[in-house]
Amino acid sequence: MTIPTSPLERSPTTSRRERLRDSYLLYSFLRDPIAQLSLLVFIVLVAAAVLAPWLAPMNPYDLAQIDILASELPPLWIDGSDPAYLMGTDAQGRDLLSTILYGARVSLIIGFGAVAMQAALGVCFGLLAGYLGGRVDAFLMRLADIQLSFSTLMVAIVVGALFKAIFGGATYSAYAVPLLVLIIGLAEWPQYARTVRASVLAEKGKEYVDAARVMGLSSRRIMFRHILPNTLSPIFVISTVQVANAIISEAALSFLGLGMPETQPSLGSLIKSGFDYIQSGSWWITLIPGLVLVVLVLVINLLGDWLRDVLNPRLYKG
Amino acid sequence: MSLLEVNNLDVRFALRRGDVQALRDVCFSLDRGERLGIVGESGAGKSVAAFSLLNLIARPGYIAGGSIRFDGQELIGMRDRALRRIRGHRISLIFQDPMMTLNPVLTIGEQMVECLKAHRRISTRDARAISLRRLEQVQIPSPSARLDQYPHELSGGMRQRVIIAIALLLDPDIIIADEPTTALDVTIQAEIMALLLELCEEHNVGLVLITHDLGVVSQVTQRMLVMYAGRVIEQGPTREIINDPQHPYTQGLINALPQMATPGSRLNQIPGSMPSLDNLPSGCAFHPRCGFVTRADGSTRQACVDRVPGFVTSGNCQAACHMVAEMIEHERLPAEEQV
Repeated sequence: MTIPTSPLERSPTTSRRERLRDSYLLYSFLRDPIAQLSLLVFIVLVAAAVLAPWLAPMNPYDLAQIDILASELPPLWIDGSDPAYLMGTDAQGRDLLSTILYGARVSLIIGFGAVAMQAALGVCFGLLAGYLGGRVDAFLMRLADIQLSFSTLMVAIVVGALFKAIFGGATYSAYAVPLLVLIIGLAEWPQYARTVRASVLAEKGKEYVDAARVMGLSSRRIMFRHILPNTLSPIFVISTVQVANAIISEAALSFLGLGMPETQPSLGSLIKSGFDYIQSGSWWITLIPGLVLVVLVLVINLLGDWLRDVLNPRLYKG
Repeated sequence: MSLLEVNNLDVRFALRRGDVQALRDVCFSLDRGERLGIVGESGAGKSVAAFSLLNLIARPGYIAGGSIRFDGQELIGMRDRALRRIRGHRISLIFQDPMMTLNPVLTIGEQMVECLKAHRRISTRDARAISLRRLEQVQIPSPSARLDQYPHELSGGMRQRVIIAIALLLDPDIIIADEPTTALDVTIQAEIMALLLELCEEHNVGLVLITHDLGVVSQVTQRMLVMYAGRVIEQGPTREIINDPQHPYTQGLINALPQMATPGSRLNQIPGSMPSLDNLPSGCAFHPRCGFVTRADGSTRQACVDRVPGFVTSGNCQAACHMVAEMIEHERLPAEEQV
């Protein structure tokens, strides 16, 4: 049995692609050149980082490929350069372009890994605190306050130094990436927990939550299936900011010598390794990775700004 | 024994300045397939009564006493896990505002399937088939398309149909409808009420209809309760109460209907407004607004001010009023003298 529908009505079967095509998200993206450029740059950087083993002229982790005699060569456009090294070499003779590609990879892995960890912890705690309320709420939020009163760097310095002291430098090098993910993830979860809790408190009073309880659904299903999807917009927005922050945190730690070891450099440890030679005229070792870091963080933040504007229901006029 | 028996239900809200009693001594029962109306002004405790039936009073509210027996089981004090098996499955609830009760980020189908899966071991495909059948029963145009649509794509009337479909999903014994049509367009209201009535009759579902629309109550329900300030003040068969209300408050409500006014004159109204629950008048809570108190003789007037009235039976109806009690007394005395 079919009842004829009016021609204005949407066809019954709309695929996900059609929904995306009709969406406000895409509409606004196509009208925002800054967002488009940012996304393009971001995709290029991520692609370059992911494809580093295939794109890079040499493998900076492979000591056999490093030629110490070719150290501190300037980039191609400066006199005295070697055409084999597009962006010059660092103090150990590693090709700077390759090192940056590999370094961006490490920075992005830590950035996204740490944010995934923050989000997992923060979303769960935020949902529990907001939905259950009472003592659970008080306990989790005080925990968040305590966590926030330590700066990320301080936590990282203490944990990193302890780890190094207990297990030694070699073990530290082997586990540097997961350790940094853990440290930055633990240090920043309250950002998520607070945001999610605030949204949950707003959503909890809405009737659809009562309706879900009336249907006999369990608290866990109501939290994760009904409330969580309604709090996703702020989660997306802070995620972009947090990815940028995590990358900066990692760079800062590495710059202080507490992050990635120089044998597997991230952008931060590259900047640091070049910093010693800046006085002797080899500015490119610091400046070029520095620029890549700035551009990476900038495009992520610009994308975050755009996303915040699109997802803000007060600005949304659909 | 009735399917649902509520006795001396006492619901309070713990506020900083002390407890406020939202329901006092509320008693009623509902048989299988019976339709009961609960009427009263805003704040009389109708919705609190509906929510406490499912033991869903949110903090700071709590059930302080009384009993709610459903199908032989006591719902007050029941474990949450057991209660969840009753909610949505044996007793379902229809809310006032269809715009708010559906989750905006899930499709209609997802919400219906989820409700089915919460209570039955069932495949998604079967659950969708059942959902589709329910959507057909509530006469939604192109029901199969609705399953994959989001609530914002539907009009208010259609959403309320979806909500009725969800309420019927698991063949409940009782549907509680909390002002199901107040948020809808007047033209849609009648349609939705007719649909609800038809479906309840067809599936032999008991209905507790909460409303302030006496017209709807008189058309749909067999029995009714009138509530005032957290108490039931009159109950009985709907037709008898509408035709011959005993309690002055019920009389006032019926007189306030626009149809009861003489054309050209002002509409009738009950003077004053409902007292705040944390500051109830002494005795009969209605006495400051009651037009009969001033005309009553000394002892009855004193009773109205001093004592909470108990129920007196008149015909098939019961009313909680000192005046009615006195009138019945007067009628009975001469009759006894004659014998």
